[in-house]
Amino acid sequence: MTIETVAVIGAGVMGSGIAAHIANAGKKVLLLDIVPDGVDNRNIISQNAIQKLLTTKPAALMHKRNAKNITAGNLEDNLKDLAYIDWIIEVIIEQLDLKQALYKKIETVRKPGSIISSNTSTLPLSDLTAGLPKRFANDFLITHFFNPPRYMRLLEIVIGPDTHQKAVDTVTHFCDHELGKGVVKCNDTPGFIANRIGTYWIQTAMLDAIRLGLSVEEADNLCGTPMGIPKTGVFGLMDLVGIDIMPHVLQSMVHSLPKSDVFHEQAIIPDIVNTMIDDGYIGRKGKGGFYRIKQSNGQKIKESINLKTGEYSVTQHSTLESLNPSVKKDLQKLLSYDDKGGEFAWSVLSKTLCYSTSLVPEISNNIEAIDRAMKLGYNWKYGPFELLDKIGVDWFINKLKEKKQPIPDFLSVASGKTFYTFKNKQKMSLTLAGDYQTLPREKGILSLADIKQNQHTLKSNPSASLWDIGDGVLCLEFHSKMNTIDPDILSMIETAIEIIPNTYKALVLYNEADNYSVGANIGLALFAANVAAWDQVEGMVKSGQQTYKAMKYAPFPVVGAPSGMALGGGCESLLHCDAIQAHAESYIGLVEAGVGLIPSWGGSKEMLMRWMANPHRPKGPMPAINKVFELISTATVSSSADEAKDQLFMRSNDGITMNRERLLFDAKNKALQLADNYSPPDNQPVSLPGATARTALNLAAINFIQSGKATQHDGLVADQLAQVLTGGETDMTELHSEDDLYTLEQKAFLSLSKHPKTLDRIEHTLETGKPLRN
Amino acid sequence: MATFKAPIDDIKYLINEFLDTSELVEVPAISDMTADLTDAIFEEAAKVSKKLLFPLNRTGDEEGCLYQDGVVKTPNGFKEAYQEVINAGWGNLICKTEYGGQDLPHYIANAVDEIIISSNMSFSMYIGLTIGAYNAIEQFASDELKEKFLPKMVAGKWSGTMCLTEPQCGTDLGLIKTKASRQENGTYKITGSKIFISAGEHDLTENIIHLVLARTPNAPAGIKGISLFLVPKNNVDKDGKIAEANGVFCTGIEHKMGIKASSTCAMEFENSNGYLIGTINRGMQAMFVMMNSARIHVGIQGLALAHASYCGAAHYAKERTQGRALTGTKSPNQAADSLIVHPDIRRMLMTMKAYTEGARALNVWLSFKLDVSHHASSPQARQDAEELVSLLTPVIKSFLTDIGERVTSLGIQVYGGHGYICENGMEQYLRDVRISKIYEGTNGIQALDLVGRKLPAHMGRFLRQFFHPLSNFLTLHADNEPLTPYIKPLHKSFSRLQKATLFIAQKGLSNPNEGATAASDYLDLFGLVAIGYMWAKIAVQISSQKGSMPDKFYDAKMQTGLFYMQRILPKSGALLSSILSGADTVMSLNENQF
Repeated sequence: MTIETVAVIGAGVMGSGIAAHIANAGKKVLLLDIVPDGVDNRNIISQNAIQKLLTTKPAALMHKRNAKNITAGNLEDNLKDLAYIDWIIEVIIEQLDLKQALYKKIETVRKPGSIISSNTSTLPLSDLTAGLPKRFANDFLITHFFNPPRYMRLLEIVIGPDTHQKAVDTVTHFCDHELGKGVVKCNDTPGFIANRIGTYWIQTAMLDAIRLGLSVEEADNLCGTPMGIPKTGVFGLMDLVGIDIMPHVLQSMVHSLPKSDVFHEQAIIPDIVNTMIDDGYIGRKGKGGFYRIKQSNGQKIKESINLKTGEYSVTQHSTLESLNPSVKKDLQKLLSYDDKGGEFAWSVLSKTLCYSTSLVPEISNNIEAIDRAMKLGYNWKYGPFELLDKIGVDWFINKLKEKKQPIPDFLSVASGKTFYTFKNKQKMSLTLAGDYQTLPREKGILSLADIKQNQHTLKSNPSASLWDIGDGVLCLEFHSKMNTIDPDILSMIETAIEIIPNTYKALVLYNEADNYSVGANIGLALFAANVAAWDQVEGMVKSGQQTYKAMKYAPFPVVGAPSGMALGGGCESLLHCDAIQAHAESYIGLVEAGVGLIPSWGGSKEMLMRWMANPHRPKGPMPAINKVFELISTATVSSSADEAKDQLFMRSNDGITMNRERLLFDAKNKALQLADNYSPPDNQPVSLPGATARTALNLAAINFIQSGKATQHDGLVADQLAQVLTGGETDMTELHSEDDLYTLEQKAFLSLSKHPKTLDRIEHTLETGKPLRN
Repeated sequence: MATFKAPIDDIKYLINEFLDTSELVEVPAISDMTADLTDAIFEEAAKVSKKLLFPLNRTGDEEGCLYQDGVVKTPNGFKEAYQEVINAGWGNLICKTEYGGQDLPHYIANAVDEIIISSNMSFSMYIGLTIGAYNAIEQFASDELKEKFLPKMVAGKWSGTMCLTEPQCGTDLGLIKTKASRQENGTYKITGSKIFISAGEHDLTENIIHLVLARTPNAPAGIKGISLFLVPKNNVDKDGKIAEANGVFCTGIEHKMGIKASSTCAMEFENSNGYLIGTINRGMQAMFVMMNSARIHVGIQGLALAHASYCGAAHYAKERTQGRALTGTKSPNQAADSLIVHPDIRRMLMTMKAYTEGARALNVWLSFKLDVSHHASSPQARQDAEELVSLLTPVIKSFLTDIGERVTSLGIQVYGGHGYICENGMEQYLRDVRISKIYEGTNGIQALDLVGRKLPAHMGRFLRQFFHPLSNFLTLHADNEPLTPYIKPLHKSFSRLQKATLFIAQKGLSNPNEGATAASDYLDLFGLVAIGYMWAKIAVQISSQKGSMPDKFYDAKMQTGLFYMQRILPKSGALLSSILSGADTVMSLNENQF
């Protein structure tokens, strides 16, 4: 069976978020909730929820039109409609009696073989299905989404003894391929995997920080990046999810876990947290949390709470030596460091890792499932077992002995070993018995991380590497800082162009960082501009143009496979590919105007040519020029791959992959398809309108300046862009080749890079990560 | 006997014709500086230097300071000369009028500085240190402290010092041990030892105001736990009268290579009363202000002694007769031609002259930028100028003191054996100037400051203030045919400087040793280009409009500039090669191979 229609019952934040994401997958979804007393509009709850989806931040919908896939309804009038639904997801309040009552109603109408799942995070499956017919139990499972459903990649699935395998397979396949989730099978235990370990970790870190007298910032600095945990650390995370949720989560865990579980030791809500909740300091959704942003003289000032006094104050510089970069970046050193920072790091991490280890096989007998759950559900860079391998299992055991802390059985089993190993290019994981089992690799998943474990690079330099991903396809990986495009990356593209013909078939641009590329390394250009080395600046522009052009016309296909941000020079690399296979969460755009420049590695040219060639555009060149002018001068970035197609950053026949883990496989396939009978694209000249059109574009910019929406310098940048897009000194009778447009880009870039306001913008952006409006 | 003449013509030319002060035309303190007024100032300074201070230079060197029982006696004549200099107002040119100073712009005061130092560097130290202390107090101290101490210091009744160095720490001030403990009344008790304290004790003034770096008991370790305190030698009562002694003792003076008439003291502070200047634990910030103005001042010491040595050498080369000119006898009536006919003597004199005059132009130009950074009406212009001064401070300190050493050594060479003996005074210049490469941050530290702090600051923004105007200057004069011999070499060396800068910016990111091993050569390259820029500006200025100097003056300027461009500036090529060769040859030996 495949899932075509879905119903979500419960139109709260979670329910509507799940509905939105199913709509993102292009499926029809029915969103139902109760009929409140005394209303005329019986669908008011779900209708309001859909309305709200259009404005939530971060956006729940990948494209506004996806809202049309959601139909609002109510549980009374539309109950009968469930008869046509393939998958019914229950997302109502966590109250067993209400859920069971609902299930009984559903059971009366649903069609045979349809699947029902609950999004519960606290109730055991056995309780949910108790007393319900066998038919229901056969088709029932728990599907636990994380908030927000579009962005959080973890989906925990729990099945009961009666659940049919077919139902599990159908839901798993749908969630994996269509929703892009990392599906992790869990046992039916409290908090499943991620929240069991995650809540324990949060509580431990919070209590230890208070016990050791650390500041909120110190705790987050220690308990974040050094351990491969997002820099929000623990207090920042609680602000994000809502501090008021903690007591509820703890209560349900305490209620359902056996007395012997060490979780109870950490299940204490400190007084300060209770006070904060009572006073409405429940995190970002409230008046503030452990951190708050104070407005003062129009300036935003970040403050944090003193865990002893409850007073807020501006972040104080920490004097902890363990926070020095030299200590912080070496985890072993940090964990042994002799100050309260080192003590904190060790205490939190050792307890969390020991607890995780002790939960095998209770929560899962598959350590990779546990690691994946923590990585996908809490955005940890490493799961607990990967972290143990990284620290060194024996080192960790010795340290536990030294500190007289108990050693969990499974950890003793691992003594002298690692939790993961590679054998015959197969990744294997340690079992409770102490031997290794092969980890099955599903078809359709190709992991660059795995490939890197097993092979040497074909070519490598400090910023980029070339990998053989099989079947004649090479993968070019960026790994410079934030994947900025620098001379090393350009030279690696040149290298690929040299070695691929004859020996290989195709090239994929792909990497597994959070962001494909945030743009060109303008730090180098800024330095060159500051010392007035204009020939160097010009050289940097030309070399990028030449490399991307060579890539476009290379005698083999190139597929760009972005995920996350693909901005500026990164976006331009994609624009010169034959095709794109993008992760659905791709944010693509030409943002150069933000730093007072214009796209000059062929980005302006490529967008212009694309929009000019767009068969849907109205007659004449102006509509196309106007559109590109607007996209580039406002530094527009797509909010998803879907939207990037509207903007022609992606072509209509480019592919979108919902599941991040399947991206490389899909991109490779696309490259292989193109490789049959491949011929490089033609170079089509364009005719452009020249000065009169430039005046028209500038008029639009002047309006923005006069209304205060743009600065004078924005106007200057827009004018340089207009010069390129209208062809400079020309008229419609002349034809412009690509090279002519490259020359126009160079001139505009060079002229802007001499302007102090542009240099100030670049500097400000590089130093603060924020744009400067000047 | 060396001869001395203040560089009065050159200074007049630089101030009246070369320097473009239009940027500050609306500032009264600047527009009041008419040529009549400034010429009079320089002539007066030249007179004091020649008649009063230069005669004490040699005797001061021979006598040195005398230490006995905690008291330091300066050489004979210093006390009287100090009174005369102070009475004439030479000690407070840049001080604010509200404290009794004259509020002269820096480009005037620093030119006067050169004149005074060149006649007697040791003597000038007693005044210079007071100005350094004045700057820090004026900028960071409370109004109460300012009112109590500054008028007396500005009047020259009390002098000042900077007490940084301790036996265990010189360059690395984070290791400072001197203690400061807070008293009930908000003052501090200071206890500790300081060494190498210039003007730490002497008999010229009735009180000495020490600025002391010290550490409070709970201060963080290292440089971030250091505070700055004002500690008078004698306590001052609330009426501003000298009261009882403050537990400040001089325990000895150093015997040293040069500046023998300047007392270099070891100091003990025993429970002395101290007053916090600025914020607690932020002493280095105040100290940097003091050091930055002091660093420019030290650069001027290099320039000043270069000038003094050139005066002697030029005089001697014309007077002394030895050998015959290679191209035929020049003075048939004498037994031999004068030294100055010989090409190698010429080479030395031209080198001395080209470096010295170029350095002088750089001093005047940069000192004016310092005034711009204080007085310009737009905040942007002030910031730009401040960044330029900040960038060039290590260059002027190091490169000008290097020039001082190079030129004073050439001065001895021109004299031959007569330069090496004490009798002619030439060797004293080399001995005196040598310290300028060491104190106020060694020249190696200056190079690291340039490469490690100034160059990467805000992704190279400070560089923009030097490179962009210079680049525009080159573009503007690229087609100026008659000036090609000036513009082209400058262009070439400028490209080398750009290349070196980008090389260091790129390499230094991945390996700090790359930046550090290149630093001194890079600073030299920077200095060469900066002075080349000055010579090219001079050439452009003279060729477009001559002023009231005699023709032979302008001719000499053009020719000396040409010498610099053609024979000195090409050293930039060698420096670039050396920089691009990377760190390996410097760092490859193991420590046990030394």
